[in-house]
Amino acid sequence: MPKITYLAHDGTKFEVDAENGSTVMENAIKNSVPGIEAECGGACACATCHVYVDEAWTEKTGSPEAMEEDMLDFAYDVQPTSRLSCQIKVTDDLDGLVVKVPERQA
Amino acid sequence: MSDKSNSIAETDVVIIGAGPVGLFAVFELGLLDLKCHLIDILDRPGGQCAELYPEKPIYDIPAWPEISGQGLTDRLMEQIAPFDPVFHFNRMVAGVEKQDDGSFIVTTDEDEKIKAKVVVIAAGGGSFQPKRPPVPGIEAFEDTSVFYSVRRTEEFKGHDLLIIGGGDSALDWTLNLLPIANSVTLLHRRDAFRAAPDSVNKMKALVEKGDMSLQLGQVTGLNGSDGQIESANVKTSDGDIVDVKCTRILPFFGLTMKLGPIADWGLNLNENLVSVDTEKFATNEPGIFAIGDINTYPGKLKLILSGFHEAALMAHAAKKHIDPDERIVFQYTTSSTKLQKKLGV
Repeated sequence: MPKITYLAHDGTKFEVDAENGSTVMENAIKNSVPGIEAECGGACACATCHVYVDEAWTEKTGSPEAMEEDMLDFAYDVQPTSRLSCQIKVTDDLDGLVVKVPERQA
Repeated sequence: MSDKSNSIAETDVVIIGAGPVGLFAVFELGLLDLKCHLIDILDRPGGQCAELYPEKPIYDIPAWPEISGQGLTDRLMEQIAPFDPVFHFNRMVAGVEKQDDGSFIVTTDEDEKIKAKVVVIAAGGGSFQPKRPPVPGIEAFEDTSVFYSVRRTEEFKGHDLLIIGGGDSALDWTLNLLPIANSVTLLHRRDAFRAAPDSVNKMKALVEKGDMSLQLGQVTGLNGSDGQIESANVKTSDGDIVDVKCTRILPFFGLTMKLGPIADWGLNLNENLVSVDTEKFATNEPGIFAIGDINTYPGKLKLILSGFHEAALMAHAAKKHIDPDERIVFQYTTSSTKLQKKLGV
Protein backbone atom coordinates (compact mmCIF):
# COMPACT_ATOMS: atom_id res chain seq x y z
CA MET A 1 0.00 0.00 0.00
CA PRO A 2 1.32 3.48 -0.84
CA LYS A 3 2.47 5.54 2.14
CA ILE A 4 1.44 9.16 2.57
CA THR A 5 3.03 11.55 5.03
CA TYR A 6 1.02 14.48 6.33
CA LEU A 7 2.90 17.29 8.05
CA ALA A 8 0.52 19.10 10.38
CA HIS A 9 1.04 22.83 10.80
CA ASP A 10 2.71 22.32 14.19
CA GLY A 11 5.20 19.95 12.57
CA THR A 12 3.63 16.70 13.77
CA LYS A 13 4.14 13.90 11.27
CA PHE A 14 1.39 11.46 10.32
CA GLU A 15 2.45 8.44 8.27
CA VAL A 16 -0.46 6.63 6.77
CA ASP A 17 -0.96 3.55 4.60
CA ALA A 18 -3.37 4.55 1.89
CA GLU A 19 -5.38 2.37 -0.41
CA ASN A 20 -5.07 2.82 -4.15
CA GLY A 21 -8.05 4.76 -5.48
CA SER A 22 -8.80 6.54 -2.22
CA THR A 23 -8.18 10.28 -1.96
CA VAL A 24 -5.53 12.06 0.05
CA MET A 25 -8.37 13.85 1.90
CA GLU A 26 -10.14 10.58 2.83
CA ASN A 27 -6.95 9.18 4.36
CA ALA A 28 -6.43 12.37 6.36
CA ILE A 29 -9.96 12.21 7.78
CA LYS A 30 -9.72 8.46 8.47
CA ASN A 31 -6.53 9.04 10.43
CA SER A 32 -7.70 12.25 12.14
CA VAL A 33 -4.98 14.45 10.70
CA PRO A 34 -5.60 17.84 12.30
CA GLY A 35 -6.31 20.79 10.01
CA ILE A 36 -8.13 18.93 7.25
CA GLU A 37 -11.82 19.72 7.56
CA ALA A 38 -13.39 18.53 4.29
CA GLU A 39 -16.67 20.28 5.01
CA CYS A 40 -18.33 19.20 1.75
CA GLY A 41 -17.28 15.58 2.02
CA GLY A 42 -15.13 15.48 -1.08
CA ALA A 43 -17.40 17.06 -3.71
CA CYS A 44 -14.82 19.72 -4.62
CA ALA A 45 -17.38 22.21 -3.35
CA CYS A 46 -15.52 23.91 -0.51
CA ALA A 47 -11.87 24.62 0.11
CA THR A 48 -11.36 23.07 3.51
CA CYS A 49 -9.09 20.15 2.59
CA HIS A 50 -6.38 22.44 1.22
CA VAL A 51 -2.81 21.07 1.37
CA TYR A 52 0.61 22.03 0.03
CA VAL A 53 2.20 19.23 -1.96
CA ASP A 54 5.88 18.81 -1.18
CA GLU A 55 7.84 20.25 -4.08
CA ALA A 56 9.48 16.93 -4.89
CA TRP A 57 6.02 15.51 -5.61
CA THR A 58 4.22 18.24 -7.54
CA GLU A 59 5.04 16.69 -10.89
CA LYS A 60 3.57 13.33 -9.90
CA THR A 61 0.39 14.75 -8.35
CA GLY A 62 -0.17 16.93 -11.41
CA SER A 63 -1.92 20.26 -11.45
CA PRO A 64 -5.48 21.12 -10.43
CA GLU A 65 -8.30 20.99 -12.95
CA ALA A 66 -10.39 24.08 -13.64
CA MET A 67 -13.03 23.30 -11.01
CA GLU A 68 -10.40 22.73 -8.35
CA GLU A 69 -8.63 25.99 -9.29
CA ASP A 70 -11.97 27.77 -8.90
CA MET A 71 -12.39 26.33 -5.42
CA LEU A 72 -8.81 27.18 -4.44
CA ASP A 73 -9.83 30.84 -4.81
CA PHE A 74 -11.62 30.39 -1.48
CA ALA A 75 -8.64 28.90 0.34
CA TYR A 76 -6.18 30.67 2.64
CA ASP A 77 -2.63 31.49 1.53
CA VAL A 78 -2.74 29.64 -1.77
CA GLN A 79 0.69 28.80 -3.15
CA PRO A 80 1.85 27.26 -6.44
CA THR A 81 1.95 23.86 -4.70
CA SER A 82 -1.59 24.17 -3.34
CA ARG A 83 -4.09 21.40 -3.99
CA LEU A 84 -7.41 20.29 -2.60
CA SER A 85 -6.60 16.90 -1.13
CA CYS A 86 -10.00 15.45 -2.12
CA GLN A 87 -8.90 15.76 -5.73
CA ILE A 88 -5.65 13.79 -5.39
CA LYS A 89 -6.21 10.07 -5.93
CA VAL A 90 -3.72 7.66 -4.39
CA THR A 91 -1.80 5.40 -6.80
CA ASP A 92 1.38 3.35 -6.50
CA ASP A 93 3.14 6.26 -8.19
CA LEU A 94 2.41 8.38 -5.15
CA ASP A 95 4.02 5.97 -2.66
CA GLY A 96 5.98 8.24 -0.33
CA LEU A 97 3.95 11.40 -1.06
CA VAL A 98 4.43 14.24 1.41
CA VAL A 99 1.81 16.97 1.91
CA LYS A 100 1.76 19.87 4.35
CA VAL A 101 -1.36 21.08 6.09
CA PRO A 102 -1.77 24.89 5.96
CA GLU A 103 -2.06 27.11 9.02
CA ARG A 104 -5.83 27.29 8.58
CA GLN A 105 -8.57 26.23 6.24
CA ALA A 106 -10.89 28.79 4.70
CA MET B 1 -44.56 47.92 11.49
CA SER B 2 -44.30 47.50 7.78
CA ASP B 3 -47.22 46.55 5.56
CA LYS B 4 -45.72 43.13 5.00
CA SER B 5 -45.77 42.23 8.65
CA ASN B 6 -49.46 43.10 8.98
CA SER B 7 -50.55 40.37 6.62
CA ILE B 8 -50.00 36.92 8.06
CA ALA B 9 -50.06 33.91 5.78
CA GLU B 10 -51.62 30.79 7.27
CA THR B 11 -50.79 27.18 6.59
CA ASP B 12 -50.63 23.80 8.28
CA VAL B 13 -46.89 23.32 8.19
CA VAL B 14 -43.88 25.57 7.71
CA ILE B 15 -40.84 23.65 6.50
CA ILE B 16 -37.51 25.37 7.05
CA GLY B 17 -35.22 24.31 4.22
CA ALA B 18 -36.13 23.30 0.67
CA GLY B 19 -33.49 20.61 0.18
CA PRO B 20 -34.39 17.08 -0.85
CA VAL B 21 -35.70 16.09 2.57
CA GLY B 22 -37.80 19.26 3.00
CA LEU B 23 -39.24 18.74 -0.46
CA PHE B 24 -40.15 15.11 0.18
CA ALA B 25 -41.78 16.12 3.46
CA VAL B 26 -44.28 18.10 1.35
CA PHE B 27 -45.26 14.83 -0.29
CA GLU B 28 -45.72 12.86 2.91
CA LEU B 29 -47.57 15.70 4.64
CA GLY B 30 -49.65 16.26 1.51
CA LEU B 31 -50.90 12.69 1.53
CA LEU B 32 -52.25 13.47 4.99
CA ASP B 33 -53.94 16.67 3.70
CA LEU B 34 -51.47 19.04 5.30
CA LYS B 35 -50.50 22.12 3.29
CA CYS B 36 -46.95 23.43 3.42
CA HIS B 37 -44.95 26.61 3.06
CA LEU B 38 -41.20 26.23 2.60
CA ILE B 39 -38.57 28.83 3.45
CA ASP B 40 -35.04 28.68 2.09
CA ILE B 41 -32.09 31.06 2.04
CA LEU B 42 -31.18 30.03 -1.51
CA ASP B 43 -33.01 31.37 -4.56
CA ARG B 44 -34.16 27.93 -5.73
CA PRO B 45 -35.09 24.50 -4.38
CA GLY B 46 -32.59 21.69 -3.83
CA GLY B 47 -30.49 22.85 -0.89
CA GLN B 48 -26.98 21.38 -0.93
CA CYS B 49 -27.91 19.27 -3.98
CA ALA B 50 -28.52 22.46 -5.93
CA GLU B 51 -25.82 24.62 -4.39
CA LEU B 52 -22.90 22.25 -3.84
CA TYR B 53 -23.23 19.48 -6.39
CA PRO B 54 -25.94 20.04 -9.03
CA GLU B 55 -23.91 18.14 -11.64
CA LYS B 56 -22.42 15.52 -9.36
CA PRO B 57 -23.91 12.04 -9.42
CA ILE B 58 -25.50 10.53 -6.31
CA TYR B 59 -25.37 6.74 -6.21
CA ASP B 60 -27.38 5.81 -3.12
CA ILE B 61 -30.92 6.87 -3.88
CA PRO B 62 -33.03 3.70 -3.96
CA ALA B 63 -34.02 2.72 -7.52
CA TRP B 64 -31.82 5.44 -9.01
CA PRO B 65 -28.43 3.83 -9.68
CA GLU B 66 -27.14 7.27 -10.61
CA ILE B 67 -28.81 10.67 -10.42
CA SER B 68 -27.41 14.21 -10.27
CA GLY B 69 -28.22 16.64 -7.45
CA GLN B 70 -30.21 18.74 -9.88
CA GLY B 71 -31.95 15.68 -11.35
CA LEU B 72 -33.06 14.57 -7.90
CA THR B 73 -34.34 18.06 -7.12
CA ASP B 74 -36.25 18.30 -10.40
CA ARG B 75 -37.95 14.96 -9.81
CA LEU B 76 -38.90 15.83 -6.25
CA MET B 77 -40.42 19.10 -7.49
CA GLU B 78 -42.44 17.09 -10.01
CA GLN B 79 -43.50 14.62 -7.34
CA ILE B 80 -44.78 17.28 -4.92
CA ALA B 81 -46.41 19.52 -7.54
CA PRO B 82 -49.92 18.10 -6.85
CA PHE B 83 -49.73 19.51 -3.32
CA ASP B 84 -49.07 23.12 -4.41
CA PRO B 85 -46.40 24.00 -1.84
CA VAL B 86 -45.70 27.71 -1.37
CA PHE B 87 -42.01 28.64 -1.57
CA HIS B 88 -40.33 31.59 0.11
CA PHE B 89 -36.85 31.80 -1.39
CA ASN B 90 -33.99 34.15 -0.45
CA ARG B 91 -35.31 34.18 3.09
CA MET B 92 -33.85 33.14 6.39
CA VAL B 93 -36.11 32.27 9.29
CA ALA B 94 -35.45 34.85 11.95
CA GLY B 95 -37.75 33.60 14.67
CA VAL B 96 -40.39 31.09 15.69
CA GLU B 97 -42.89 32.15 18.34
CA LYS B 98 -45.30 29.81 20.04
CA GLN B 99 -48.85 31.13 20.37
CA ASP B 100 -51.28 30.41 23.21
CA ASP B 101 -53.25 28.02 21.02
CA GLY B 102 -50.12 25.91 20.41
CA SER B 103 -49.57 27.19 16.87
CA PHE B 104 -46.47 29.05 15.73
CA ILE B 105 -45.74 32.37 14.04
CA VAL B 106 -42.65 32.02 11.87
CA THR B 107 -40.94 35.30 10.95
CA THR B 108 -38.45 35.69 8.11
CA ASP B 109 -35.56 38.13 7.94
CA GLU B 110 -37.72 40.22 5.59
CA ASP B 111 -40.31 40.45 8.37
CA GLU B 112 -42.89 38.25 6.67
CA LYS B 113 -45.00 36.22 9.05
CA ILE B 114 -46.49 32.79 8.52
CA LYS B 115 -48.82 31.13 10.99
CA ALA B 116 -48.55 27.36 11.13
CA LYS B 117 -49.72 24.51 13.33
CA VAL B 118 -46.43 22.65 12.95
CA VAL B 119 -42.85 23.67 12.16
CA VAL B 120 -40.49 21.20 10.48
CA ILE B 121 -36.78 21.97 10.52
CA ALA B 122 -35.19 20.40 7.44
CA ALA B 123 -32.29 22.79 7.30
CA GLY B 124 -29.51 20.33 6.44
CA GLY B 125 -26.14 21.74 7.44
CA GLY B 126 -27.77 25.05 8.33
CA SER B 127 -28.29 28.09 6.16
CA PHE B 128 -25.85 29.08 3.47
CA GLN B 129 -24.10 32.28 4.43
CA PRO B 130 -21.24 34.23 2.89
CA LYS B 131 -17.91 32.83 3.92
CA ARG B 132 -15.58 35.06 5.91
CA PRO B 133 -12.24 35.24 4.11
CA PRO B 134 -9.35 33.91 6.17
CA VAL B 135 -7.80 37.33 6.84
CA PRO B 136 -6.61 37.96 10.40
CA GLY B 137 -8.52 40.74 12.16
CA ILE B 138 -11.24 41.11 9.54
CA GLU B 139 -13.98 40.80 12.19
CA ALA B 140 -13.14 44.27 13.52
CA PHE B 141 -14.15 45.85 10.21
CA GLU B 142 -17.29 43.85 9.46
CA ASP B 143 -20.49 45.86 8.91
CA THR B 144 -18.57 49.15 9.08
CA SER B 145 -16.04 48.84 6.23
CA VAL B 146 -16.23 45.19 5.22
CA PHE B 147 -19.48 43.86 3.76
CA TYR B 148 -20.28 40.39 2.43
CA SER B 149 -23.25 41.47 0.37
CA VAL B 150 -24.63 44.68 -1.07
CA ARG B 151 -27.92 45.56 0.59
CA ARG B 152 -27.83 49.27 -0.28
CA THR B 153 -25.56 50.61 -2.99
CA GLU B 154 -25.54 53.99 -1.17
CA GLU B 155 -23.18 52.42 1.37
CA PHE B 156 -20.44 52.39 -1.30
CA LYS B 157 -21.01 55.79 -2.87
CA GLY B 158 -17.85 57.89 -3.10
CA HIS B 159 -15.70 55.18 -1.52
CA ASP B 160 -12.44 53.56 -2.56
CA LEU B 161 -13.70 50.09 -3.08
CA LEU B 162 -11.73 46.84 -2.93
CA ILE B 163 -13.70 43.91 -4.32
CA ILE B 164 -12.18 40.47 -3.79
CA GLY B 165 -13.04 37.40 -5.84
CA GLY B 166 -13.30 36.04 -9.35
CA GLY B 167 -16.88 34.82 -9.57
CA ASP B 168 -20.05 36.43 -10.81
CA SER B 169 -20.81 38.29 -7.57
CA ALA B 170 -17.38 39.93 -7.58
CA LEU B 171 -17.52 40.89 -11.25
CA ASP B 172 -21.15 42.01 -11.22
CA TRP B 173 -20.63 44.32 -8.27
CA THR B 174 -17.39 45.63 -9.74
CA LEU B 175 -19.31 46.72 -12.84
CA ASN B 176 -22.38 47.95 -10.94
CA LEU B 177 -20.62 49.95 -8.25
CA LEU B 178 -17.97 51.52 -10.48
CA PRO B 179 -20.21 54.45 -11.53
CA ILE B 180 -20.87 55.53 -7.91
CA ALA B 181 -17.58 54.61 -6.20
CA ASN B 182 -14.61 56.95 -6.04
CA SER B 183 -12.35 54.13 -7.20
CA VAL B 184 -12.62 50.38 -7.66
CA THR B 185 -9.90 47.76 -7.36
CA LEU B 186 -10.74 44.17 -8.17
CA LEU B 187 -8.46 41.70 -6.43
CA HIS B 188 -8.27 38.09 -7.51
CA ARG B 189 -5.81 35.29 -6.84
CA ARG B 190 -5.08 34.55 -10.49
CA ASP B 191 -5.71 35.82 -13.99
CA ALA B 192 -8.56 33.41 -14.65
CA PHE B 193 -12.12 34.14 -13.60
CA ARG B 194 -15.11 31.94 -12.88
CA ALA B 195 -17.48 34.77 -13.76
CA ALA B 196 -19.35 35.03 -17.06
CA PRO B 197 -16.86 35.83 -19.86
CA ASP B 198 -18.90 38.86 -20.90
CA SER B 199 -18.46 40.50 -17.47
CA VAL B 200 -14.77 39.63 -17.46
CA ASN B 201 -14.30 41.26 -20.87
CA LYS B 202 -16.15 44.38 -19.73
CA MET B 203 -13.98 44.57 -16.61
CA LYS B 204 -10.79 44.14 -18.62
CA ALA B 205 -11.84 46.91 -21.02
CA LEU B 206 -12.40 49.23 -18.05
CA VAL B 207 -8.98 48.38 -16.66
CA GLU B 208 -7.47 49.06 -20.09
CA LYS B 209 -9.15 52.47 -20.17
CA GLY B 210 -7.80 53.25 -16.70
CA ASP B 211 -11.28 53.49 -15.13
CA MET B 212 -10.50 50.82 -12.53
CA SER B 213 -7.65 48.58 -11.35
CA LEU B 214 -7.17 44.86 -11.38
CA GLN B 215 -4.74 43.41 -8.86
CA LEU B 216 -3.67 39.77 -8.78
CA GLY B 217 -2.90 38.43 -5.34
CA GLN B 218 -4.30 37.53 -1.94
CA VAL B 219 -5.09 39.71 1.07
CA THR B 220 -2.87 38.96 4.05
CA GLY B 221 -3.79 41.79 6.39
CA LEU B 222 -5.91 44.88 6.93
CA ASN B 223 -4.97 48.31 8.22
CA GLY B 224 -7.23 50.86 9.86
CA SER B 225 -8.81 51.69 13.19
CA ASP B 226 -12.22 52.00 14.83
CA GLY B 227 -13.80 49.79 12.18
CA GLN B 228 -12.65 52.11 9.40
CA ILE B 229 -10.45 50.40 6.88
CA GLU B 230 -7.61 52.38 5.30
CA SER B 231 -5.72 49.82 3.27
CA ALA B 232 -5.22 46.13 2.64
CA ASN B 233 -1.92 44.25 2.45
CA VAL B 234 -1.89 42.20 -0.70
CA LYS B 235 0.58 39.44 -1.44
CA THR B 236 1.10 39.34 -5.19
CA SER B 237 1.81 36.17 -7.12
CA ASP B 238 5.52 37.12 -7.11
CA GLY B 239 5.44 37.14 -3.33
CA ASP B 240 5.72 40.94 -2.98
CA ILE B 241 3.52 42.70 -0.46
CA VAL B 242 1.73 45.78 -1.78
CA ASP B 243 -0.55 48.16 0.03
CA VAL B 244 -3.94 48.77 -1.61
CA LYS B 245 -5.77 51.87 -0.37
CA CYS B 246 -9.46 51.29 0.28
CA THR B 247 -12.29 52.49 2.48
CA ARG B 248 -14.75 49.68 1.74
CA ILE B 249 -14.10 45.99 1.07
CA LEU B 250 -16.49 43.51 -0.49
CA PRO B 251 -15.05 39.97 -0.24
CA PHE B 252 -16.85 37.22 -2.21
CA PHE B 253 -15.44 33.96 -0.91
CA GLY B 254 -18.35 31.64 -1.55
CA LEU B 255 -20.83 30.24 0.91
CA THR B 256 -20.59 28.19 4.06
CA MET B 257 -23.28 26.60 6.19
CA LYS B 258 -24.20 27.90 9.64
CA LEU B 259 -26.90 26.77 12.03
CA GLY B 260 -28.01 30.40 12.39
CA PRO B 261 -30.97 31.51 14.49
CA ILE B 262 -32.20 27.92 15.03
CA ALA B 263 -29.63 27.78 17.83
CA ASP B 264 -31.68 30.31 19.83
CA TRP B 265 -35.09 28.61 19.81
CA GLY B 266 -34.66 26.69 23.02
CA LEU B 267 -34.33 23.33 21.27
CA ASN B 268 -32.13 20.61 22.70
CA LEU B 269 -28.97 20.62 20.64
CA ASN B 270 -26.09 18.20 20.42
CA GLU B 271 -23.01 19.62 18.69
CA ASN B 272 -25.11 22.02 16.60
CA LEU B 273 -27.59 19.32 15.63
CA VAL B 274 -31.19 19.14 16.83
CA SER B 275 -31.93 16.17 19.09
CA VAL B 276 -35.02 14.17 18.12
CA ASP B 277 -36.63 10.83 18.92
CA THR B 278 -36.80 8.12 16.26
CA GLU B 279 -40.54 7.54 16.45
CA LYS B 280 -41.77 11.02 15.60
CA PHE B 281 -38.61 12.99 14.88
CA ALA B 282 -39.97 15.49 17.35
CA THR B 283 -37.80 18.02 19.14
CA ASN B 284 -38.25 18.87 22.81
CA GLU B 285 -40.72 21.58 21.74
CA PRO B 286 -44.15 20.04 20.96
CA GLY B 287 -45.10 20.88 17.37
CA ILE B 288 -41.53 21.40 16.16
CA PHE B 289 -39.99 18.48 14.27
CA ALA B 290 -36.53 18.09 12.74
CA ILE B 291 -35.62 15.82 9.83
CA GLY B 292 -32.62 15.23 7.57
CA ASP B 293 -29.00 16.21 8.19
CA ILE B 294 -29.93 18.80 10.84
CA ASN B 295 -31.15 16.24 13.39
CA THR B 296 -29.35 13.71 15.52
CA TYR B 297 -30.32 10.50 17.31
CA PRO B 298 -28.51 7.29 18.20
CA GLY B 299 -27.40 5.61 14.99
CA LYS B 300 -28.10 8.62 12.78
CA LEU B 301 -26.74 8.42 9.23
CA LYS B 302 -26.62 11.62 7.21
CA LEU B 303 -28.14 10.13 4.09
CA ILE B 304 -30.85 11.54 1.88
CA LEU B 305 -32.68 8.24 2.09
CA SER B 306 -32.68 8.41 5.91
CA GLY B 307 -34.19 11.88 5.60
CA PHE B 308 -36.96 10.53 3.39
CA HIS B 309 -37.80 7.88 5.98
CA GLU B 310 -37.77 10.50 8.71
CA ALA B 311 -40.13 12.67 6.65
CA ALA B 312 -42.71 9.88 6.43
CA LEU B 313 -42.72 9.14 10.15
CA MET B 314 -42.65 12.83 11.04
CA ALA B 315 -45.67 13.47 8.77
CA HIS B 316 -47.80 10.97 10.66
CA ALA B 317 -46.70 12.40 13.99
CA ALA B 318 -47.42 15.93 12.75
CA LYS B 319 -50.91 14.89 11.64
CA LYS B 320 -51.54 13.41 15.10
CA HIS B 321 -50.27 16.61 16.70
CA ILE B 322 -52.66 18.71 14.62
CA ASP B 323 -55.72 16.41 14.77
CA PRO B 324 -55.24 14.24 17.87
CA ASP B 325 -58.71 12.74 17.59
CA GLU B 326 -58.68 11.87 13.93
CA ARG B 327 -57.97 8.25 13.17
CA ILE B 328 -55.25 7.99 10.54
CA VAL B 329 -55.88 5.09 8.21
CA PHE B 330 -52.61 3.88 6.82
CA GLN B 331 -52.81 3.60 3.03
CA TYR B 332 -50.63 2.80 0.04
CA THR B 333 -50.43 5.10 -2.98
CA THR B 334 -50.53 2.00 -5.19
CA SER B 335 -53.96 0.88 -4.03
CA SER B 336 -55.71 3.76 -2.29
CA THR B 337 -58.09 5.63 -4.58
CA LYS B 338 -58.21 8.39 -1.98
CA LEU B 339 -54.45 8.97 -2.14
CA GLN B 340 -54.49 8.71 -5.91
CA LYS B 341 -57.13 11.43 -6.07
CA LYS B 342 -54.86 13.69 -4.02
CA LEU B 343 -52.03 12.97 -6.42
CA GLY B 344 -54.24 13.67 -9.41
CA VAL B 345 -53.47 10.30 -11.03
